[in-house]
Amino acid sequence: MASLKELKNRIASVKSTQKITKAKQMVAAAKLRRAQEATEASKPYATRMANVVANLTASMGEGSSGPKLLAGTGSDQIHLLIMMTAERGLCGGFNANTAKLTRAEIQRLQGEGKTVKLLTVGKKGRDALKRDYSDLMVDHVDLSQAKDKFTPFAIGLGSDLSTRYDAGEFDVATLIFAEFKNVLSQPPKAAQLIPAKAPEDAEQIDLNGAIYTYEPSEPEILETLLPRYLNTQILSAMMENAAGEQAASMAAMDNATRNAGEMIDSLSLKYNRARQAQITKELIEIISGAEAL
Amino acid sequence: MADKLQFSLVSPARELFSGEVDHVIAPGTDGEFGVLVNHAPFMTTLKNGVVRVLEGDTVTMRLFVRGGFADVTPAGLTILAEEAVNMASVSAEQVGKDMDALRQDILALDKDSGQHQALEEQYSYLESLRAALVN
Repeated sequence: MASLKELKNRIASVKSTQKITKAKQMVAAAKLRRAQEATEASKPYATRMANVVANLTASMGEGSSGPKLLAGTGSDQIHLLIMMTAERGLCGGFNANTAKLTRAEIQRLQGEGKTVKLLTVGKKGRDALKRDYSDLMVDHVDLSQAKDKFTPFAIGLGSDLSTRYDAGEFDVATLIFAEFKNVLSQPPKAAQLIPAKAPEDAEQIDLNGAIYTYEPSEPEILETLLPRYLNTQILSAMMENAAGEQAASMAAMDNATRNAGEMIDSLSLKYNRARQAQITKELIEIISGAEAL
Repeated sequence: MADKLQFSLVSPARELFSGEVDHVIAPGTDGEFGVLVNHAPFMTTLKNGVVRVLEGDTVTMRLFVRGGFADVTPAGLTILAEEAVNMASVSAEQVGKDMDALRQDILALDKDSGQHQALEEQYSYLESLRAALVN
């Protein structure tokens, strides 16, 4: 049986841990609200952009020779996986889930005999895969300075990808990130970035048989549209990821706070029992001492 | 009154405007163009400039956009701007301050990075916005 002093110290230590987790949870909740608002606000642009791309690609027709970003290189030998995770831990299984999907994806592609390259965004994901796949890593994007402003980072990454693609460093790029479904669920998701794929759920606009006019020409529009579509996809993934991180962190810290509470309860019970036992013991000693006289 | 044009202007950060208007004039790469209701399907890239929204013959709103696309469908006009701001909500002075802050950020960055390029573009956007505000 632990001594009274020991129990008291443990209770104090668990209490201070609980204070920290409680504070972290509240911070995460506040950040989550902001991140969620930013994600929501960027959605109309992303959806409309996707619709425009869907429209354009539909009117281009299958198999026609569009720009390289759309048509692909004609091969799918070299795959680039872009894994997005958080810069910080303390968010439960958030980073681990994304890393797990990435691992599975790497193994699947390698099993098919493809060459896999890995580009990581966010420190935690790189740390998770560094031991097994450090030879696959081509680059890393550090988001620790980003705060809430992801736009320059998204554009930077987008143009970096385009350069690499033009240099023939990869044939297919896939983005792996945590999709922000709601506060409770942020499942990891893989989405193909290059060659560009219009989402299947995009609305098809009925033109009533009219023909689209393009100014300047259709290929020229695609030429400027596709890099922007790429940036938009990266940006919304970054935003969803940030919101997901805060949500996961909030849930994890909420759990931790509750666990600490339970632990304090059971430790206090133990402490009180030990205290009572000691009092009883002292009483017995006094009484039996008195009786002996 | 005839039908109205469904117009929406969105930037990656937010949806700036969505609603029914009479007439929109936008800066296309190949020249300014106006869109009324029941315009034929049409798509164009935009250059930096002012998008004007008109009710009847009066300009009710002026928005400054940086690049992007205008998409006219039977459903209405959608402008996807890289960046956009309602000109009534900013002043030339404020933009000047933002420019100074941005210049500091640019100087702190590596010249070759993609980020640097992105910020430079942002800077020239603010520059032209200020010019438009002064006039």
